[in-house]
Amino acid sequence: MRAPDQPIREGVTSPGALAVSAHGISLTFQTADGEVEALSNVDLDIAGGDFVSFIGPSGCGKTTLLRVIADLERPSAGTILINGVTPEQARVQRHYGYIFQAPALYPWRTIERNVMLPLEIMGFDAAERRKRVAQYLELVNLSGFERKYPWQLSGGMQQRASIARALSFEPALLLMDEPFGALDEIVRDHLNEQLLRLWNQTGKTVVFVTHSIPEAVFLSSKIVVMSPRPGRIIDVISCDFPRDRTLEIRETPKFLKIAQRVRSGLRSGHSYDE
Amino acid sequence: MTSSASATSSAFSAARPAEIRWHPTFVRFAPVVVVVLTLIAIWYVAAVLMNLNLVRGSFERDDTPYTTGQLIAGTMSAERPLLPAPHQIVATFAEDVFGWPVTSPRSLVYHGWVTLSATFVGFLLGATFGIILAVLIVHVRTLQKSLLPWIICSQMVPILAVAPIVIVVLGAIGLRGLLPKAIISAYLCFFPVVIGVVKGLTSPDPIQRDLMRTWSATTAQIFWKLRWPSAVPFLFTSLKVSITISLIGAIVAELPTGAQAGIGARLLAGSYYGQTIQIWAALVAASVLAIGLIGIVSLIERWVAQLMGARA
Repeated sequence: MRAPDQPIREGVTSPGALAVSAHGISLTFQTADGEVEALSNVDLDIAGGDFVSFIGPSGCGKTTLLRVIADLERPSAGTILINGVTPEQARVQRHYGYIFQAPALYPWRTIERNVMLPLEIMGFDAAERRKRVAQYLELVNLSGFERKYPWQLSGGMQQRASIARALSFEPALLLMDEPFGALDEIVRDHLNEQLLRLWNQTGKTVVFVTHSIPEAVFLSSKIVVMSPRPGRIIDVISCDFPRDRTLEIRETPKFLKIAQRVRSGLRSGHSYDE
Repeated sequence: MTSSASATSSAFSAARPAEIRWHPTFVRFAPVVVVVLTLIAIWYVAAVLMNLNLVRGSFERDDTPYTTGQLIAGTMSAERPLLPAPHQIVATFAEDVFGWPVTSPRSLVYHGWVTLSATFVGFLLGATFGIILAVLIVHVRTLQKSLLPWIICSQMVPILAVAPIVIVVLGAIGLRGLLPKAIISAYLCFFPVVIGVVKGLTSPDPIQRDLMRTWSATTAQIFWKLRWPSAVPFLFTSLKVSITISLIGAIVAELPTGAQAGIGARLLAGSYYGQTIQIWAALVAASVLAIGLIGIVSLIERWVAQLMGARA
């Protein structure tokens, strides 16, 4: 993801304002085995421009919380505002772009037409669509691959295309659900660095779900540690490395200290006799 | 060291028998050819056995002395054999196809065209109906519960029983000729299309549907940009099944109607007059048509797949 001539600063939450403000969020799923409390009384504020990671074992509700922010799930109780409006309004007003674990590119569309898809749906005119596709493919370093089909690209490149697709309509928030979980370590490190650069350039708010401690500490300005049964927040750790950090910070004592705190948080919230 | 290694390798190559390399064309077609030749051989044996009494009887009726050779030759050239020999079928097929002008009622091309036109109309009707039904079923939940059982029931009714009723009812309102046959053909062939397209329209995975929701896409946008393209491969699989069924439907529709023309009429006339060779020639014509129809659908399928960026 190379630096464009002008930093892209469209569609950001105004500095100081809250990108996400959640109070008393609970969500109970009805399943065949009875009720499952996916989220219990979650309070969370995310400031505009933050990079916040949700970390926790499976079943801790981190993906559910992200889906609540995205209006893909409705909470059973509590209030939540995204950039000052309800999640549904935020979705309709295109406040966020959602990136899933799988790139979910459409196999019958070229990379360029995949990135164009949300723009088509949102009714951008043809000239604007072409301009933005070129701009964001360049940002994720995929210029030259416009006419390729997804199967012709590696997994990491496909995920970069899906990031370009989520950025193309310039949302203020990027919601990322274990986006690099299916990739190998080397590709993952590389994409983490690129994602940081992109965050730094665009000033967007990023909410990032992961179950990797080093990934969370390396990327985040704030780490939200979660615990299962019921899904809840047990620790919020601020992580004030400079925004233009590099992979080398992973060797510093400060990094290890934060990682240690995350790990002990995860341990305290998890009973191992289950 | 080097010399000993090369000595070993040459010893190996000398010990191993020269590898036989078959020509790729041979490798590709040999299995098919072997199967076909075996079937033809079995067929000839069966023809001799089945027609033996018939031929012997005719020799004995005429009090003509005969040899075993004459007997066997007779089994392969009888005018109305129980089982015609392959070369008799080929000869009759060739004569019926090429021996008459295509407009003559003695020409198989003429009869083939009559059946084919009903097949085409029936297939178009059936496929269109099937696609519309599938789209409704996927989008309207009550229809899924109320329609699907009837659709399945419709396929359990024996078409031979329904066909005369359809012909009579449509005849009463003045519809004759091609359309009743096409409707019976459509009745048979819409079913695989419904099942395949419903499966295809519901095939996008949850992530792809969630993505559409995050973009606040309308139902129409989800249909045209996600569901329909996802259904295309399923559609073609169904169409290949469906087009052969619609051919069968058209032929079956010709049987109870006393049709004057068409492959079905040929089959019927052949059985009235004991013209077994003519029946077999008509059957060959039907399978040639079926192969051709599937071939056309497959070609279109490959072309569409290419447009949709499928792996070469």
